[in-house]
Amino acid sequence: MTPVATTRSATGMPTGRLAVWWLIASEIVIFGGLLAAYIMHRLAHDAWSEQAAHTNTWIGAFNALVLLSSSLSAVLGHKAADEGDGKKAAKMLYLTILGGVVFLAVKAFEWTSEIQAGYTITSNTFWSFYYSAAGLHALHVLAGVIVMGIVAAAAKKNENLHRVELIGLYWHFVDIVWIFLFPLLYIAK
Amino acid sequence: MAESVPATHDEHHEQSFLIKYLWSTDHKIIGMQYLFTGMFMALIGGFFAYAFRMQLAFPGTDIPGWGLVTPPDYNALVTNHGTIMIFWVAMPVLVAALGNFLIPLMIGCDDMVFPRLNRLSFQVFFLSTVVLLSSFFVPGGAFGGAWTAYPPLSAQAAYNLTPWGAPLWVLAVALEFVAFLMGGINFITTTMNSRAPGMKMHDIPLVVWMIVLASIIFMLSVGPLVAGAVMLFFDQVLGTGFYDPARGGDPVLWQHLFWFFGHPEVYVVLLPAMGVVIEIITVFARKKFFGYTPVLYTTFAAGVISFTVWAHHQFIAGIDPRMAHIFTVTTLLISVPIALIVFCSIATLYGGAIRFTTPMLWALAFIFEFLLGGVTGIYLGAAGADIYFHDSYFVLAHFHYTFFPIGIIATFAALTYWFPKMFGRHLNETLGKIHFVGTIIPFNVIFIPLFILGLAGQHRRIYNFELFPDLAKPEFQDLRVLATVALLIMLIFQVVFLYNFFSSMIRGRKAEKNPYEANTLEWTAESPPPHGNWSELPSVYRGPYEYSVPGRKADFWPQNEPT
Repeated sequence: MTPVATTRSATGMPTGRLAVWWLIASEIVIFGGLLAAYIMHRLAHDAWSEQAAHTNTWIGAFNALVLLSSSLSAVLGHKAADEGDGKKAAKMLYLTILGGVVFLAVKAFEWTSEIQAGYTITSNTFWSFYYSAAGLHALHVLAGVIVMGIVAAAAKKNENLHRVELIGLYWHFVDIVWIFLFPLLYIAK
Repeated sequence: MAESVPATHDEHHEQSFLIKYLWSTDHKIIGMQYLFTGMFMALIGGFFAYAFRMQLAFPGTDIPGWGLVTPPDYNALVTNHGTIMIFWVAMPVLVAALGNFLIPLMIGCDDMVFPRLNRLSFQVFFLSTVVLLSSFFVPGGAFGGAWTAYPPLSAQAAYNLTPWGAPLWVLAVALEFVAFLMGGINFITTTMNSRAPGMKMHDIPLVVWMIVLASIIFMLSVGPLVAGAVMLFFDQVLGTGFYDPARGGDPVLWQHLFWFFGHPEVYVVLLPAMGVVIEIITVFARKKFFGYTPVLYTTFAAGVISFTVWAHHQFIAGIDPRMAHIFTVTTLLISVPIALIVFCSIATLYGGAIRFTTPMLWALAFIFEFLLGGVTGIYLGAAGADIYFHDSYFVLAHFHYTFFPIGIIATFAALTYWFPKMFGRHLNETLGKIHFVGTIIPFNVIFIPLFILGLAGQHRRIYNFELFPDLAKPEFQDLRVLATVALLIMLIFQVVFLYNFFSSMIRGRKAEKNPYEANTLEWTAESPPPHGNWSELPSVYRGPYEYSVPGRKADFWPQNEPT
């Protein structure tokens, strides 16, 4: 049962969308704090660039491409949901999930080779930041993939179509975090 | 305009005890869960204070109920007293319990917008409580590196000697943050979207505004510390070096992350407390609140400035002296909006028809005692003076003159004021006043001696003053004994409250809908309100503080009464 409270909209914005924006606000300060700490440390330690030289920019770039492309299908899913086409929306979300899974698979391959080469989370504080920041981001990708699966399954039956937009918003946020992480961890050598 | 509540609410009346009280999505039940968990934790936090104050007054003796307080015991007791009182008492009671109970009732809707998220928020909070308490039963005992958990002490088991206690402490605090983030999103969206028809921004009772602003401040300040807590946890468990200068890290980073949250946190708990006081003094002075709009906007200002003062905790941590100047200025600046709120509260009393009920006494005591806390804060906000006062009992006494009014006095004000609405019965006024006197007088007798000790230069992290002949002089020791005896008296008087609270819940005089003739919407619901709060949800026609309006017979004017 849904309380009357959930159905009201004094601001004119649907409650779900409002809540996702606040969720994103709280996430921005979490990643913001972590990245600010990393940038301050990076500026104070020129020597970290030797460590950063061992990250694989091409893998990072490929993952950026995958993640950004997956946002396109999230937007197309939102469009389909707006038009009331739940089946198409679900299809688009499954495509986005595929993007997330490819991202995580590439990440797993990348980390495995780095750990085998001896660059672990404790080997240097650059690598500590690298694994913590990228790991926290990967957890968000994973959470997005799982929630998107749930939303897509419902959308397929034309239920809760408004949630397609909400998970899309979250997914764009996860994208944008990667747009910050990629240059900071991979390009800046 | 009024919407009727769907009949589905009635189904809930036949739920089993377990479902109704432990698995409920009703905002009032969840508020009570937070309240009772907070009260239970307050007893533990109070017991810890008793144990370590006894050690300071009578070092090396067997403390009844605890035994000999060893140095690791002492550290764990002090650390967890602070941690519990702030994160497991002030936060859950002032923000979560009051927010959950009051917001839907005061804005005229039937529940939070996300009831199941609300339930999850309490469950995560409960888990965090279990994790924190379990840290007392692991090898090495509970964490003892102070509630601020500065590295390297907190980061390396070789220093803190609590290989299990320290990570469990970090985990518990992080879980608690997650719980309040979920609760906060609920509070904010509910107030933004689900107000009663007709309730405009300036018709929202100030306590609701204060809780929502506190939730926003919490949300925007806690993020960096969540990241910092993950880093500290990795330092402890995986052996990374985020806070280890030998490995490219920096221990001062933690101080920045901690206080970037820690200082706004003061306002996170202060604002709801001030909101409670504002509601109570308008009702019992029978006057319109003096300056609704200035107080609202000045609270926004205080919220913004609260993000720019954090480094005043680090004046002796080796920060750039030019930075210290800036933070001195911002710190002194923030006293302006807070003073304005206090003055507006006092101005409300002027010319009012004051009723000295128990909640009113608590509210007036809040203003008086918090003023002392605020004024002593000026000394510590000025970098020059702080270098002398830092880490002395002066800081400790100042801190308690702010947090005791917030976490204890305002909480008692709120509980005695809303008790009839929460439980449908009245508290005993005589017992309430005995408890008031028995709490306020000992409180001052505990902490005024500690101001004096601090001015005399006593460091606040000393386990046994006998080991320092300069500090063990009788004139100092007598003050410590005085403070401890006053604490014992205060703790004994809490029995009066607990008796009054639980016996009135069963045997108290039945409360009608609106026993104080108040204006706000919660008083138009039954006492206690049923699931769904109203059979027909109210609409709003005016602001919350229309008392003694000229030309009106009754001296109050409920928000839901059509013009």
